[in-house]
Amino acid sequence: MNRAVKLATNPLLLRIAIIVALTGVLEVLCRTGIIDRFTMPPPSRIFEDLGKLLVTGKLDAAIAKTLTNCLIAFALAVAAGTVAGVLIHRSRLLREMLDPLFATYYAIPVFAFYPLFIIMFGLGDLPQIVIAFMMSVIAMIVNVLNGLDRVPPVLLKTARMARMSPVETALRMTLPSAAPHLLTGAKLALAYAFIGIIGSEFIMSRGGMGFEIAFAYTNFDNAIMYPLIVLILVISVAVNALLGVWERRILTRRGLR
Amino acid sequence: MSAAVGSVVSIGGNVLSRWRGPILLVAGLLVLWQLLYLIVGDVALRSPLGTVRFTIELLGRDTFWPNLTETAKAFAVALVISIVLGLAIGFALGFYRLAGAVFEPMLVAFYSIPKLTLYPIVLLAFGLGMPAKIAFGVIHGVVPVALFTIAAVANVKPVLIKTGRVLGFGAFDMVTQVLFPAALPEIFSGIRIGFALTLIGTLLGEMFASQRGLGYMLMNAIGLHNVDIIMSVTFMITVFAATVSAVLLAVDRGLHRRG
Repeated sequence: MNRAVKLATNPLLLRIAIIVALTGVLEVLCRTGIIDRFTMPPPSRIFEDLGKLLVTGKLDAAIAKTLTNCLIAFALAVAAGTVAGVLIHRSRLLREMLDPLFATYYAIPVFAFYPLFIIMFGLGDLPQIVIAFMMSVIAMIVNVLNGLDRVPPVLLKTARMARMSPVETALRMTLPSAAPHLLTGAKLALAYAFIGIIGSEFIMSRGGMGFEIAFAYTNFDNAIMYPLIVLILVISVAVNALLGVWERRILTRRGLR
Repeated sequence: MSAAVGSVVSIGGNVLSRWRGPILLVAGLLVLWQLLYLIVGDVALRSPLGTVRFTIELLGRDTFWPNLTETAKAFAVALVISIVLGLAIGFALGFYRLAGAVFEPMLVAFYSIPKLTLYPIVLLAFGLGMPAKIAFGVIHGVVPVALFTIAAVANVKPVLIKTGRVLGFGAFDMVTQVLFPAALPEIFSGIRIGFALTLIGTLLGEMFASQRGLGYMLMNAIGLHNVDIIMSVTFMITVFAATVSAVLLAVDRGLHRRG
């Protein structure tokens, strides 16, 4: 009995059960025509279509283009965001200046600058990467600052007593201590890199998943649109879950969870 | 008398030192903007002065105001729904631990997916117009309000909740008398972030799923390469967002200091 209760109150199992149930409800709603098939095909059909797309490799080029650009923007944002975060953390004036910018930044439609970047960098992948980078780098900086703010002073004192060099202090004290926040920053940076790339593909581009989704939407081609949307969601949730596992492992090792 | 003058001066000094960051930021951004304009030129940018001049002209046009009120209406409705729904979800999941453990990771996952991708679905479900952009604003704004509220409620000192129980509070009194006041600073941070994300959500909704409003104007101008309108609309949105964010940030800090 105890075991049954434990199973019934396991959050992970409950979560899976809820997701399965919701998908089932959606399936029934679509099959019975309460949601008509021009609005949305049944989930089973979407996954079938997704399988077909991946097997035939029809959209492999678009998927590869989008994921590569995301990855480039993400890597640049994490690297630049970490460096910028460390520098901003050192200067009180810079911090005072930039805090209000960080508070407003995500309310500004960065996409408005896309035409500017197209003129500056040409109609290739570069303007999209710049947009994605601009959106994700701030998330990284903000979380690096959060992480550095919360490094316990005793660690830094210990480092000074042990006469560690600045590099050693960073590698052995600051970085491990701020790691969970860096991971949070990386998770958000990835989400924003995705939004930046796909959004600019929606607006103006010659390929990529966003372009294909917009194209399928204007042609009422649900057999391409829904599988691609689901693919993007699955990829972003999967990568987030992976980073989350890593994050939990760090916290557990430190006895924080 | 001299004491009074002294306090006035020190208040003046206080205000100046508190606003030093934002003032320097605005000055820095203006310089950068002007420099970029000198490099890139009229083909893709307008100077700060040119943008302000065109913005004033735009504000004088009759065709502009319906777009502004459309966006304002959509944003206001979306913000109210985001906050009310976010608080309701947050209090429920923060208070009932099991429900929180089940649903919070789902909210976090939803927070981090690129919701812009969902625009065709929102369009198909709500049609082209007001409901679609409100829905778009809400799916962006509701999650941070809910997540911050969950954390805030879960962090309320147990002794306060026990006291509420001893006093025989029901769910309503518990929320209004105990949880809300104790969790207010954190909740306010959530609302502050919810404000920014609801705004961008509404605008993105207008850009991709609408034929009216500032977002639509922006999208249309991008298509027609109308630099004047791109610059002015972005400028207005930025000034609005920055002003409200600055006020909310100041209130936020005040609440956290008090607590």
